[in-house]
Formats: sequence, C-alpha cells, structure tokens
Amino acid sequence: MNRGVQHYTLSIPTKGEFIDFIVLANVLVSGVLTGLVYGLMALGLSVIFGVARVVNFAHGELMAVSMYAAALSFAAFGVDPFLAAAPVAVVFFVFGYMFQSTVIQPFITRPDHAQFILLLAVAIIITNSLLIVFGPDARSVRLDYLLESIELGPLLIDRGKLYAALVACGAAAALFAFFRLTLTGAAIRACADSWLGAKVTGLNVKRLYALTFGLGTACVAVAGCMMILLVDLTPGLGPAYTLLAFVIVIVGGLGSMNGALVGGVLIGVSEALAGLLLAPSAKSMFSFALLIIVLLLRPRGLLGEKL
Amino acid sequence: MNPRAAYLLAALSALLLVLPLVADSYLISLATLILYLAYTGQAWNLMMGFAGQLSLGHALYLGVGAYGAAALYHHFGIGPWAGMWLAIGLSVSLAASLGFLAFRYGISGVYFTLLTIAFAEFARIGFDHFNWVGGSGGLFLKVAQRDQIDIFNLRGTPVMFYYVMLALAAGAFALCAWCLQSRPGYYWRAIRENEEAAEALGIDALRWKMLAIVSSAAMTALAGVFWAFYYNNLFPEQIFSIGRSIEIILGPIIGGIGTLAGPILGAALLTLIADGATELVAALGWDVPGVKQLIYGIILFAVVVFLPQGIWPALARKLNLSK
Repeated sequence: MNRGVQHYTLSIPTKGEFIDFIVLANVLVSGVLTGLVYGLMALGLSVIFGVARVVNFAHGELMAVSMYAAALSFAAFGVDPFLAAAPVAVVFFVFGYMFQSTVIQPFITRPDHAQFILLLAVAIIITNSLLIVFGPDARSVRLDYLLESIELGPLLIDRGKLYAALVACGAAAALFAFFRLTLTGAAIRACADSWLGAKVTGLNVKRLYALTFGLGTACVAVAGCMMILLVDLTPGLGPAYTLLAFVIVIVGGLGSMNGALVGGVLIGVSEALAGLLLAPSAKSMFSFALLIIVLLLRPRGLLGEKL
Repeated sequence: MNPRAAYLLAALSALLLVLPLVADSYLISLATLILYLAYTGQAWNLMMGFAGQLSLGHALYLGVGAYGAAALYHHFGIGPWAGMWLAIGLSVSLAASLGFLAFRYGISGVYFTLLTIAFAEFARIGFDHFNWVGGSGGLFLKVAQRDQIDIFNLRGTPVMFYYVMLALAAGAFALCAWCLQSRPGYYWRAIRENEEAAEALGIDALRWKMLAIVSSAAMTALAGVFWAFYYNNLFPEQIFSIGRSIEIILGPIIGGIGTLAGPILGAALLTLIADGATELVAALGWDVPGVKQLIYGIILFAVVVFLPQGIWPALARKLNLSK
C-alpha cells in the first residue's frame, strides 16, 4: 500500500478535541506537495491514454521499476535521486518507445478489453519479476539534507517533499511546453484530436504514438525517482499506484493534462486529510469514494471533455 | 452438439465422478482448486464472454458471499444452506446497484472496469475496519473433525468438498450451456457485438446487462460460501484483493472468452502448470515467492498476443470438435 503521508507522526485528534489549525495547514501543505508528485505520475498515464488511446494498466508497476533504478543507484554509487531522474527518464523513454512500437501497436485496433488484459499481463510480469529479483524487503533512500525542514512562519515544510514537488512541476511544465510550442507536440495533439485526420494529412501516426508512449513512461520514471523520497519501496507497490493513477486521471478527466495535475493535488490533499481525520489505513477509501462519485456525476472527470 | 464433443464431455464427467476413488488427498485438493476456478471462471465468463462487460472486481461478490455466510455461522450458528441466501442476496444487491449506476449513466468500457475495481477495493478497506467480522485480523470458523461428514453445516472431508465443488461446476456449465441456446444468450451476444444495433432491434440493453451482472454475482457468491467453509478463515486482504479478481479471469481468458469449455480448460491448464512449476522450483532449491504469479503473467501475455481467441477454439478446430 502507498504510504504517502506516513512521515507525519501527528496524533489523531480524539472526539471533541479541537483540531489545531496549524496542524491542519501543515497537513494540507504536505498533501499538496505529495499530490504534485502524484500528478506527474498521472500525467504520464493521461498522455498515453489521451493520444495513443492505450489503457496503461502497468503504470504503477513501471513506476516501481524506476523507483528500483533510483534506489539501487543510490545504494551502489550514492547517486542522489534528483540526479538519477534524468538518465532514468531517458532509459524509460527509449523503453517506452520500443515497447509501444513492438508490443502494443498491434493491439491499437483490437477491442479495449484485449489491451487491458495485455497490460495486466505486463503488470503481473513486472511485479513478480521485481519480487523474485529483489526480494520482499522494503527499501528507501535517506539523505541527510532531505530530513531537514524549512520553517515558513508556522509551517514546517519537509525539504525532500518540497524539492520533489518542484521537480514534478518542472517536468510537467516541460511536457506542457513541448506539446504547446514544438511542431512535433502539435502533431501529437493532432493525433489525439483525430486519428484519421492526422493520417490523411500525412503524419506518421505510428511513430507519434510510440513517441507519446515514450514521453508517458519518461514522466512516470521522473515521478518514481521523486516518489522514492516519499515512500518506502516494496516490489508489490505497483498495483496500488496503478489504481491511484487511474483514480487521479478519471477524477481530473481522462486525457486532460491539466486535469491530471489538479486531480493529483486533490487526491494528495484528500489522502492527507483522511489520514488526519480518520485512520491512515482508510485514506484510499476516500479516494475510491471520490472516484465513484465523480464517475457517477461527471463521468468525463472534472476537467475532461464533455460527452 | 457435435457427437465427438458429447463423448468427450461424458468421459470427462465419468472421470471426475470416480476421481476420489483413485486419487490421493493432494490430487483431490488440486482438483478441487481447478473446479473452483472453472466455476468462478464460468460465472465471470457469463458477464464478459456472453454480455461483453469486463469486470475486474469479482472479488467483491466472492468476498461478500464468503463473509455473509461465514458471519451467520460464526455469530448465530446458522448453517451455509440458509446462509447462502444471505450471501447471494448481498452480492446481488451490490451487483444490482453497481450495474444500475454504471449502465444507467452510460459508464462503459474502461470506465466500467475501473468502477468494478473501485467497488471491490472499497469493500476491501471497509471490511478491514469492520470489526464485527474480525476486521483486518480475519474471521475464523471453528474447524470440525475432518473425518466426519456433516453436510448440513458443510463440515467434512476434502472428498465431500470436492463433490460439492464438482456439483457447483457442473451446474454452472449446464446453466451457461442452456443460456447460450436460449433467449438470454442470444440477446447478450447481440449486445456484446453491437449494443446500438441490439437496441434498435428492440432489446432492452439495460435490463439484459443487469441480468448478466446479477447472475454472475450470484454464482460468484456461492463460490465465496464454499471458500469460507473450505478454508475456514477469511481475511479482507486476501479475499477482496485485486489479485483474487485477476485469478478468476485468467482461466476463461486463456481457455477462450465466450466459450463453454474455455473456463474449464483454462483453469486446469493454469493450475497444473503453476503447480508443476512451483514443484520444479522447490526441487531446484530456489525458495522464492512470486514464481507462480510470474508464470501466470507470462502465459497470459503469450495467449493474448498469439492466441487472442484463447486456446479452446484453436484446440477444438484441431480435434474437429466444433460444429
């Protein structure tokens, strides 16, 4: 299970006790910061679905792999995860590009459930390979400077969390800029708008799909390198994050890039609040309840296109 | 039915009926597991293979069924033959509300699948905090003497459980065979292939999809009752986990979605291969967890890539069993 906010050892207020506003503010800030990293992870999923129309059910598992890459390079060479993020993202981009063009491409025209089951198989293979290779023990990256907190008036901000959130924002901004400012980005958006139209105008749709899948996996790689600073890593962590990413993306609107970030922050905050107000173990119940409500009231998500 | 297929079915039934006379307890437990997976696979296949609705949350019906019957037995001493009606009732009402919300509001495809996962996960976390049935610490049924058969309370030998599961699996097979050749089966397949066209022909898609999800849930709930009394312990983390739902869908996908024999063939293949591999790994001295699931994953991957219709349709053509 994910443990996004367990670093906070706040006492849970008992009935009738007044919840300190400073405690509440701290929890909210922590939720927003964690939520931005969630948002980057979900952004990868959203881009992959929005353009290539692939339901990446192995998303959390891919993030677990990138977390292992960060954790192992730290354990072996002492590489700071912030430095590891760039090379890991490049490797993931190449992997994503090749994976899409070889394995997934033939499935693009198959029914939804065939894709879903294919990626489910990939997810099962990844999780259990990680378990067999690295064993069930939890790993983490602890850097001294990350344990310090920054005091900002009454707020105590975790440095590791703050930097992770900043990197997540930076990566998301770079992706936005790519889609808005470059010609290739415009071509990808054209594919998302109309597959047929893009083909008619002579765009190489297959290559653009592969490129998009690569970008999505690069996103999740960066998110994984940040996530290793926030939670302990176990081989079985993938499925919970796949579900989390789907919850975020559906709440925000599947295919909407802004929606993924907004949804990430929303889920980050709601998890943090659930951890404070209810039991920490009940926090994903909050997220699933939010998912069910959004699906019923606004099936296309908060910022998604209308039906 | 093709006469060759009828002979094959008769031979299989005869073999399954006399199996306990010759098999040792290990083989019995393995066969019980295969029958359980064939049964739940059949239930899932009714919804996905016939009506085209992909559920990845069947653990919900399994778990609610198991907890419903087990809680009645544990707290009030009410046996499973009465308790199963509560189990079915709970599952059916959950399935009906999920189905109504989803189908009524036009949630389909991937969104529907994720909604089924969300319901199951919600139940898993909810039961973790539901202390009347033990919460995350689990619910345990009194283990009776294993050599006395008490069919009214479903307490007894592994052979008794084998026959109970065989009866369930045979019943599910017969029900699905009947469905395919009568009105529901034709309507479901029409909806699966093209919902708009089916509606244009006057089929009330909402009503028939509701019937599919509700029947599938009721069947799965019975498997849950069996699970509770066979294993005598229930943990939310085990019975409601998404892994449990995946285990249910593997057999029919590998055997052949929408076929009658697919869930049975898939369940047998998966169980035997995984068991063989686990033994092999143990014999080689590698004591690592995850090998069985890894093999499941690789088989699933190979089947969806190379045999998208599943193994049974290809095998049936080879053996000249199809019409």
